[in-house]
Amino acid sequence: MAIEPLLTARGLVKRYGRVTALDQADFDLYPGEILAVIGDNGAGKSSLIKAISGAITPDEGEIRLEGKVVNFKAPMEARDAGIETVYQNLALSPALSIADNMFLGREIRKPGIMGNWFRMLDRGAMEKRAREKLTELGLMTIQNISQAVETLSGGQRQGVAVARAAAFGSKVVIMDEPTAALGVKESRRVLELILDVKRRGLPIVLISHNMPHVFEVADRIHIHRLGRRLTVIDPKEYTMSDAVAFMTGAKVPPEAALAAA
Amino acid sequence: MTDASADARRPQEFEKVLSASDTSVASFDTHTRSPIEKIQHFLHSNPAAVPLIVLVASIALFGVIIGGKFFSAFSMTLILQQVAITGIIGAAQTLVILTAGIDLSVGAIMVLSSVVMGQFTFRYGLPPSLAILCGFAVGALCGWLNGVLVSYMKLPPFIVTLGTWQIVLATNFLYSANETIRSQDIEAQAPILKFFGENFRLGNAVFTYGVVAMVLLVAVLWYILNHTAWGRHVYAIGDDPEAAQLSGVRVNRVLISVYVISGLICALGGWMLIGRIGSVSPTAGQFANIESITAVVIGGISLFGGRGSILGMLFGALIVGVFQLGLRLIGTDPQWTYLLIGTLIIIAVAIDQWIRKVAG
Repeated sequence: MAIEPLLTARGLVKRYGRVTALDQADFDLYPGEILAVIGDNGAGKSSLIKAISGAITPDEGEIRLEGKVVNFKAPMEARDAGIETVYQNLALSPALSIADNMFLGREIRKPGIMGNWFRMLDRGAMEKRAREKLTELGLMTIQNISQAVETLSGGQRQGVAVARAAAFGSKVVIMDEPTAALGVKESRRVLELILDVKRRGLPIVLISHNMPHVFEVADRIHIHRLGRRLTVIDPKEYTMSDAVAFMTGAKVPPEAALAAA
Repeated sequence: MTDASADARRPQEFEKVLSASDTSVASFDTHTRSPIEKIQHFLHSNPAAVPLIVLVASIALFGVIIGGKFFSAFSMTLILQQVAITGIIGAAQTLVILTAGIDLSVGAIMVLSSVVMGQFTFRYGLPPSLAILCGFAVGALCGWLNGVLVSYMKLPPFIVTLGTWQIVLATNFLYSANETIRSQDIEAQAPILKFFGENFRLGNAVFTYGVVAMVLLVAVLWYILNHTAWGRHVYAIGDDPEAAQLSGVRVNRVLISVYVISGLICALGGWMLIGRIGSVSPTAGQFANIESITAVVIGGISLFGGRGSILGMLFGALIVGVFQLGLRLIGTDPQWTYLLIGTLIIIAVAIDQWIRKVAG
């Protein structure tokens, strides 16, 4: 492939005591694509994603972003590098407002003495940008951006989390099971949102158990099994049952698929 | 299955019926709320409202029963003087409880700091202002120890501070050899130790500098908690530490800073304690931890963390002060005060649980 991958991982290993969650795992993400990561429970999908998003530090292996080796020790560092993650549990603080949540960990301070000396937050600016972002993504009709996140429904919370990632992600957006907790309609909305983010040129890593959703939006599908990448398939060439068969070990992928990876 | 991948870019078969369904997605509900729900929502967004209402109501109640003797500038400011130390220690307690922790060692840190301030002046002959700084350093050190054990060692705050409470208190008795520094000596050699006990008058109202410091401290902390990133992070950690960590909050650093600041505030409380009782006594302030937790709980701050306002804590402390003075003026057995305050604590926690249901 002529295009250089944007984000790569080689030989990642992560052990928790005697459990090996990642066993020489590889990973490639190309610019502008939606890469789905699927795998059975306990296959190490979450550990892979956490390693890329800086939530865990792998014991071995290297991660490269745009060809440069990166070594994330905290989610903050991955975010600073332009990798945003929407976690399955959304990582929102229920009692804080929508705007406070979107800017948690990267607050905007007031200019001048109030900001520099008294460290005062610029609520106005943060609320304005949060509102812009939510409207831009056509997410919701905002009535009160200072309302606490815990008063929102599941879909609305998901919307806030996705908007936060889309607002700040400059290179990669990772979404962990974005539709798992949602109803049919809300899932559809989130899928449109994912395609919308892709149209903005941001590549997306989508972790999901929902095969129809994966086959609908993904450009390539990374199948994870027993802590490593088994293969990468093109959803147009394989069926969902093939994917499930690879994932569970019922079928061995052809060598050609391995080579293409 | 091959069909599914062929038209993969279109909605799935089972989703086609959705075009006929309601298209409003994730809009904010605007259904009219019942009056009870409105109250619930109001209290949810204004956590200090309940204690404020209770405070105003109890002042009015005692004012009606007792009359001018209670409802006077002198009595009102007397209440402030009596709750000044509880308010200061309650402020330290508030910070810790907002992170879903609890600090049982606050009273012990306060007493040890006051003893250090006194003994460093009288035993080692340090200039009193330097001795006061040493007291603050000791307070910060005790807080830092709590913070490290809670954040990096991941021990439960209740257990950690149960331990440090005993350790700090024992250190206090061992170091001070159970000696009290007499009021006259402080007066003669180091009056600055009693600074917060000095007062000034505005008409009949009597204010000590301790009262002024307590109100200022609460105001400053209110500002910090609501209008700085650090303050928001304290709330976020109390809410859900994992989510805060994933959102980029440096949880351990913030936790340690919370306990260190709590220790510093306790040291300030120790300095005020000298002014309040006049002497430096290692046996003073034994109930400060329980009193501070009482003020925080009656003030509507959730023991589960992340919710409540420091202003509520101040109102909570004042409610206790109003009950104590009011019932004393009526002339009842002081046990009635404890009975009523115990009841208030349980009601406050019940209301907190009810308000939280707004999220459901």
